[in-house]
Formats: sequence, C-alpha cells, structure tokens
Amino acid sequence: MKNIDNLNIVRQGFIRRRVRWLTITLILTAVTILLSSMLLMYGSTRYPLSKVIQVLFGEEVKGASFAIGTIRLPRMLAGLLVGISFGIAGNTFQTMLRNPLASPDIIGITSGSSVAAVFCILILKISGNAVSIAAVVFGLLVAGLIYLLSKGGSFSGGRLILIGIGIQAMMNATISFLLLRANQYDVPAALRWMSGSLNGMQMKSIPTLFLVVIIFAAIILLLGKHLSILELGDQSAITLGLRTDFTRLSLVLSAVFLIAFSTAVTGPIAFVAFLAGPIAGRLVGTGVSNGIPSGLVGAILVLGGDLIGQFAFNVRFPVGIVTGIMGAPYLLILLIRMNRTGGAA
Amino acid sequence: MRISKIMILVIASIVSIALCIFCSLTFGARYIKFNDVVSYLFNTDQTSFAALVVRERIPRTVFSIIAGASLGVSGALMQSITRNPIADPSILGVNTGASLFVVSGIAFFHINSASQYLWFSLLGAGLTAVFVYSVGSLGRGGATPIKLALAGAATSAALSSMVSAVILPRTEVMNAFRFWQVGSVSGANWDGIIAVSPFLIGGIIIGIFATPALNALALGDEVATGLGVRTGMVRSISAFAGVILCGATTALAGPIGFVGLMIPHTIRLICGPDMRYVVPMSAVGGAILLTISDIIGRLIGTPGELEAGIITAFFGAPILIIIAMRAKVRSI
Repeated sequence: MKNIDNLNIVRQGFIRRRVRWLTITLILTAVTILLSSMLLMYGSTRYPLSKVIQVLFGEEVKGASFAIGTIRLPRMLAGLLVGISFGIAGNTFQTMLRNPLASPDIIGITSGSSVAAVFCILILKISGNAVSIAAVVFGLLVAGLIYLLSKGGSFSGGRLILIGIGIQAMMNATISFLLLRANQYDVPAALRWMSGSLNGMQMKSIPTLFLVVIIFAAIILLLGKHLSILELGDQSAITLGLRTDFTRLSLVLSAVFLIAFSTAVTGPIAFVAFLAGPIAGRLVGTGVSNGIPSGLVGAILVLGGDLIGQFAFNVRFPVGIVTGIMGAPYLLILLIRMNRTGGAA
Repeated sequence: MRISKIMILVIASIVSIALCIFCSLTFGARYIKFNDVVSYLFNTDQTSFAALVVRERIPRTVFSIIAGASLGVSGALMQSITRNPIADPSILGVNTGASLFVVSGIAFFHINSASQYLWFSLLGAGLTAVFVYSVGSLGRGGATPIKLALAGAATSAALSSMVSAVILPRTEVMNAFRFWQVGSVSGANWDGIIAVSPFLIGGIIIGIFATPALNALALGDEVATGLGVRTGMVRSISAFAGVILCGATTALAGPIGFVGLMIPHTIRLICGPDMRYVVPMSAVGGAILLTISDIIGRLIGTPGELEAGIITAFFGAPILIIIAMRAKVRSI
C-alpha cells in the first residue's frame, strides 16, 4: 500500500513537471511568434498584420513586399535562428560543465570564432559562407585547445573555465591587433559587427544558417537525456553505462558548430548564450530537459533586444549592446545567488 | 636571504632597468645609434630630427617604467591579500570599470585632461574591484580563483557592453577613447606623468611598508592575529594601495593586462615567497616587462606601433593557462 502511494506521488510529480514544461514551452513559443511578427510589422513604415501575412504568402504588395521581404524578414529570421542556436549551445556548455557561468562567450569559444571572422572581413576581405566556415574551423580549434589543455589528469570543469578565460584574453588581444592593422575605413564596420548586430542581414545567408541550426540543434536535443546524465558527474555517468567521452565530444562539436556559425553571421551577441539556459531553467524547473526552452528564450532575447535597440531610443543600437546591458543585472543576481549556494566551486 | 644574493639582485635590477631605458630610447620605427642617444640626452639644444625622436621617447620610457612597476606591485598585493594566484587587475575586470568611468566622463561631463581622467579612472577601478571581489567571495570557500575569475570575466563583459553603448553613437568620443581600448604607454606626456606619479609612488610605498604584515597574513588569519597583526586593516590598506596603483596606471595608459599576473609569479620563482622581496622585485620586474613589451610593440609594428597591452596579453595569457594547469583540482 505504502509503495503504491509513493509511486503515485512520484508519478504525479512527473506529470506535474511535464505539464509545467509544456505550458512554459507553449508560452515561450507564443512570445517568440509575437516578437517575430512585431519585427515584421514595425519599422520606418508600419504595416498591419494582414499585409505582413499577404507578403509572407508571396503576394505582391506595393512597398510592403520590399520592406518586409527584403529587409525585415531576413533580419527577423537571422535573429530567430541565431537566438535559438546561442540559447541551445550555451545551455549545453553550462549543463555539461555544471556551472551557469561557463557559457561559450565567457570561456573563449565565441572569441575564437570572432578572430577568424574579423580576419576574413578585415584582412582577406571575403564574406558569406567562407567566413562561416573559417569561424567554425577556428571555433573548433579553440574549443579543442581548451579541452586538451584542461585534460591533464582528470577532467575538471574549473580548470577548463580558467584556461578558457586565458584563451579568451589572447583572442581579444588578437582581435585588437587585427583592428589596428586594418584599413581605418573598415574599422567601424568591424566594431559594429563585433558588438553583435542584425543590421544588413540578407536572405542569402539564411538557408545555410537554417540548415546548420536544424541539424545541430536536433543532435543536441536528441542527446538531451545523456546530457542530464553527464550532469551527474563522470563517475555516475560511466556507472550508468554512458560513453562519456563520445557523448561529450558530440555535444561539444554540435554546440561549437552552432555558436561559430551564428557568430559568423551576426557577430557575438553578448550574454544570450549566457542567460538563456539559466532563465529557461528557472522557468521550467528542475528534472526536465531545458534544451528547447533555452533555445526559445535565446530567440526571445535576441528578437526583443533587437526591437528595443531599434525603437526604444532615438539612436539605433545593435542588438548585442541591448542584450549586454539588459543581461548585466541578471548576471549580478545569478552570481550572488550561485555563490551563496556554493554552486560555483 | 643572504646579503650576497641581495646584492646580486640589486645590481641585476639596476643594470637591466638601465639597459631597458637605453633600448627604449634607441629602438623604434627609427633606429638611433647609442652614441647619438647619449649626445642628444646631454646636449638639449640639438634640434635634428633624431634628437627630437629621442626626446619624444623619454616620457614614454619614464612612464612605462613607473607604470610597469605599479602594475607589478598591484598584482603582488592583490594576490597576497586574496591568497589567490590569479588576482590581477585585468582578470578582476578593474580595467574595464576604469574604462567605463572614463568614457562616461568624456561623453557626459566633457572631461579632457589627464588629472580628470585620473579621478574617474580611480573611482571606476575602486568600485569595480570592491564589487567583483565581494561577489566573488560570497558563499563557501571564500574567493576561490574560479569564482573570482568568473565574477571578473562576467562583470567586464557587462561593463564593456555599457562602454560600447556609450561610445557607438558618439564618433568624437570613439576617437578620444581609441587609445583606451588597448593599453599603451604612447599616450604619456609630462603633464599626465606628473598627475599620476604621486598616486603611483604613494601606492608602491604603502605596498612596501605593508610587506611584513603581509608575510604574517600568508600564514593564515589566526596565526597573523596571534602575531599581533590587525588583519582587517592590513587587508584594506593593501587592497587600497593595489587599486590605486592599477587605477592610476589605467587612467594614463588604458587597460594593460597580465603584468600584475605574471610578474609576481616569476619573482616568487626567483626569490621565494618572502613578500619583503616579492613586492620591490615585482616593481622592478613589472617595469622591465612593460618597457620591453613597448619596445617589442614598436619594433613589430613599424612603421606604426603595436600597443604594449597587446604584447603583454600575448605573454600573459599563457602564464594564466600554465597556472590553471598546475593548480590542483581542489584548490580551483
């Protein structure tokens, strides 16, 4: 009798968590759709939703077709995809290293991709997919380097983070070096790119980005169960029959692909990878996978940040600056709460 | 330490600093012969181009010596009071804090002289240091390297977003700010040096006087209290000196990282953990490192120059990585 009661409690708890997860995910999806359509509707000219839908279904509407189809749609799609991939990749790193502060933009991987992209833009003067490939390759190299350097003895998340911060410093020095060597004329563009911006997105960069996000986000989400086992620590994970090295490698590879590809398209958008995971985690609670919610929160952060950056001030700010400043207070709360519970050590 | 070894250290320091000064005056985009440098230094009425070049190089050499010394001492003090091997102005985000305050000063209060930069920079550095340290030392285990480093990295990421938000809409501020993004000693002039020197020299003197107490502190707070050291006061005075040193340097040079990180570690390898030697030798080591970095930057960057802050980051980041690799997992 007692056992059945316990079983019921466990089952009810499970169902309650599933319901909460589903509700939150649906709400987040709704908010994402709302923000996306607002980005399509607002701009220098405001179009009603009906016109937006007409344009999206391929009807020729005078004026609106150009403004929405050529300018706003690529911008919105890029923001959406990049937000999702930053969110999911950041969450993967944070969960795997068991430290909410260990997101790719803090431990140097984003900077690694930025170095490659800045080099391509400023020195080689190429753009498009070649930049993305260079960013991915360099991001992978940097991630591999950090991993190898931190591997001495047993794997330690703390050591990896410290080494990542060191690598980050070198990458930033390299970027400064490239900026100084570059033609004065190109520098403002590079600076703008480096603060993360959706300006001037073109439709031609969307399909590849879309493919990459779909493929690697799917891999990460499929491995989601293994990720939560990995979170228990290596020993428990091996005991439970998980191939830790293989799982970690595929997760890291996919996350780096997402990060590097998105960084190459929009530049590093501050704090999205960093904030999405913890926010999603608080919304859906513990014990459920927060891969999908993190992606949605990431998209909401980017799209919302872009709306604020475009319309809230009399100067247009790139989205990365808005997210960077909005992220700061949350960061403080996170740091303080985390240190109080001893989670960082 | 034996007297003979101290003598060797003193002589080696003097010789190497003198060597640095001469190299700094000689090398650069334009190479000037040793004999000429000497004659230009003593005949101040010469007006040839080379003489002007040498005279231009004097303030930056002087500044790189005192700025390097300050950063070295600042790092030694911070590492000692936090008992943390990676405490350094650049890792604690102190430099970014100083940058934000100076940029805001330029943008909103239209400051433009070195002494005004100085006060804003000191304020920003102080606030950021206190903030990062208190956030990093909350919770179990106090300020462990990893918590401190993450608190610093995260805070400086947030602060640099704010810096961008201030400068992006203002082209004129962007120009005034440019030398600030990467630390460099090239912006030094006599007015600036005179404005910051009292702070730097004062900070170094406080640091040197605090060394016996810091030695006691290294034994642990209980032992230090037992030896009659007022731990709280020693900590706050040394922290104050450390922040003043890096804040004032940043005011004139912009953020120069990693000097304070790598010099004390190297010095400890050479002359052991006794702070009475570590602090003054860190001053010497920092001066040498920054001057050499500046010279290298000038040589690599010919015909322009490469900021010293970039060079020190390239030397210093690997040192941080080595420290992280050697540290025991538990102590991280």
